[in-house]
Amino acid sequence: MRRFLPHPLLTLTLAILWLLLVNQLSAGHIVLGTLLGWLIPFVTSGFWPEAIRIRHPLTLLHYLVIFLYDIVRGSFHVAYLILLGPARLRPAFVQVPVMLKTDLAISLLANTISLTPGTVSVLLSEDKRTLIVHTLDTDDADAVVADIKQRYEVPLKKIFEEGID
Amino acid sequence: MIDILLSILILTGAIFTFIGSLGLARLQDFYTRLHGPTKATTLGVGCLLIASAIYFSIREDGISLHEVLVTLFLFITAPVSAHLLGKAALHLKVKSLAATPEQENDTPPSPG
Repeated sequence: MRRFLPHPLLTLTLAILWLLLVNQLSAGHIVLGTLLGWLIPFVTSGFWPEAIRIRHPLTLLHYLVIFLYDIVRGSFHVAYLILLGPARLRPAFVQVPVMLKTDLAISLLANTISLTPGTVSVLLSEDKRTLIVHTLDTDDADAVVADIKQRYEVPLKKIFEEGID
Repeated sequence: MIDILLSILILTGAIFTFIGSLGLARLQDFYTRLHGPTKATTLGVGCLLIASAIYFSIREDGISLHEVLVTLFLFITAPVSAHLLGKAALHLKVKSLAATPEQENDTPPSPG
């Protein structure tokens, strides 16, 4: 089973992606999408050593809601900062200690940080334990770190890594 | 009624995209400039895509979901390119308004 269907979640995602791409729902395309969804993970399974498992779908949903809300809130904040003028900005590099272990969770964390306006993740240290984040305007680096850890890292840990240590 | 909603969405999207580009011109150093364009894409383009999805779902047969894909690919690629630009800038020691992390100065650039 594991050998012939290495990543069931990826298969489902790719099939849905294919249907969105052709923008129509017909039996033929469902078959084709499923076939591609099976074939691509099968051929590329060497690149995906770890199986992806989502342990708490509801937490993931909650995470997405927080994520979207933060994008909207942060966009207004950055727009306000740009209009206000660059002279008032207090940019800073902040070091965020990372407790996530899997590559997928770490890259999702970095992506989330970059997409939520006001912060861009610029560097992951080689031991994968520190993420350097550039913030546009802050006077309290510790608060930024605490915010990132509490809002994004804790749910990501729960979704992807519960039980792994 | 729908027209008004669509107009609001398109205007909001355009304004945010404009502010993002304005940031590119107004902000002072490389790292802060990274914020403008990457952020404008998220909300600005998001609004435009929602408007597009609604319009084509109403005017043509069936719902149009291509926009979902555009959003998805944008959300995957925008942070990665921003991250790589930032990383390259740190390695090249680009002039920065903020104090760059000392860690970068201690460790030699890795071949990876």
